[in-house]
Amino acid sequence: MSRGWRLGVFLAGAAGLVFLFVVVARPLPGPLELRNRYAEEINTRAFRERNVTDAVTAVNFDYRGFDTIGEEFILFVSVLGSMFLLRMTEERGDEILPDAAEDSRDVRSTDAMNLWILAMIAPKVVFGIYIVTHGQLTPGGGFQGGVILATAALMLYVGEGFAVFRRVVPHGAVEFAEAVGAGGFLLIGMLAWFWGKPFLTNIIPLGQSHQLTSGGTMPLISVSTGLEVTAGFVLLLYGFLQENLTPRGEK
Amino acid sequence: MSAQIVTYAGFIVAGWLFLTGLYGIITSRHLVHLCLSMTVVQASTYVLLAVIGYRPGLPAPIFVNMPAGSPAVDPVIQALMLTDIVVEATVIALLLAITVRIHRRTSTADPNEVDIMRG
Amino acid sequence: MIFLQLGVLACVLASGTTVVFTRGLASQPIVVSVFGLMLALMFMAFQAPDVALSQIVVGAVGLPLMILLALAKLRRDAKFLHRKQNEKETQ
Repeated sequence: MSRGWRLGVFLAGAAGLVFLFVVVARPLPGPLELRNRYAEEINTRAFRERNVTDAVTAVNFDYRGFDTIGEEFILFVSVLGSMFLLRMTEERGDEILPDAAEDSRDVRSTDAMNLWILAMIAPKVVFGIYIVTHGQLTPGGGFQGGVILATAALMLYVGEGFAVFRRVVPHGAVEFAEAVGAGGFLLIGMLAWFWGKPFLTNIIPLGQSHQLTSGGTMPLISVSTGLEVTAGFVLLLYGFLQENLTPRGEK
Repeated sequence: MSAQIVTYAGFIVAGWLFLTGLYGIITSRHLVHLCLSMTVVQASTYVLLAVIGYRPGLPAPIFVNMPAGSPAVDPVIQALMLTDIVVEATVIALLLAITVRIHRRTSTADPNEVDIMRG
Repeated sequence: MIFLQLGVLACVLASGTTVVFTRGLASQPIVVSVFGLMLALMFMAFQAPDVALSQIVVGAVGLPLMILLALAKLRRDAKFLHRKQNEKETQ
């Protein structure tokens, strides 16, 4: 379909969408009348039933934990797909393309910048762990903290280069960590089966509120998710940085 | 009244982002730009959900300093958005990986010129 | 509060349109990063701190990083394929 035709179809569709949008949005109840009973119930119950203060994490990891398993596995499979795509060796007859990170960097980084980058890695790791473990108390959780930790690993690459990055976060260990994180969530859910309860019931004793141990299985799930998200993003970095690993292992 | 204005503004922004992103996907001339326009389309859903979940004048659903059960913004919708953001970034990474492969096979990144599927 | 929210929505609109209409390759990660930041500010204005945290880390750091790496890879592949093309022609 030529470009002009594509644009024409798009404009016709857009006009229809705008019309329908207006027709649908006009009679919707305004924000003052819109009351979600489920949300109000959770706001009152999350503290009473689970001793946690962050309702969003409670919904994510406890009340709707099953949906979070699905989302986590979407992430897992996307990382798997990217790794697969970026790691395929060339078709017969073609040479293996050179390592994307092999050539020396065009911009020489100064010592001051390197020092600053390396100095920021430790605070980032601490902050990432803080966000992951305090998910049930303050805004945070496995997903956010996991990405923060992944950026800490990235800083290592930016500051020191690929050889050091590869030694500090070896590929095999990161793959293992991702598997442990993804499977850990399932195992925590299956733990409830031993007590005769349905999958993902919160069976660990709920601690006191405002403490790290509040929420029962929530901090465990948060840590496991954080591990998986961190490892997933580091694997994505690996995939984009270097891709001619031989099938058996490192080059 | 002011809450109505904000809601309608949010709807308009969501609709505009959706259509603009779609326009970017259709008329893009580079596959990476196409993936980024996809990001804009995804963002339109975030805007819509944020506006829907908002209750005028109420604080966030974190009960550290407030007693539990005091009125707050909707936490269920926020839970929807939260995992969604991380997951969709990974999906965009997958699309970028596909872009890299296509560029390798056909040495072009123009969606109009890629002809792998032509029989 | 309402002015803050309307202002932030306008910023989101502007940066989203900029992302789509920026054609230069090298400026795209930056524009996407700004868009991510505006979205995070919008989430804050609408009282969603968890989501804002997620969006900041992913949309302003993670996504532009991957775009940069993908662009770097495309450029190296183009150089290499170009070199291979020349070798094939001179043979």
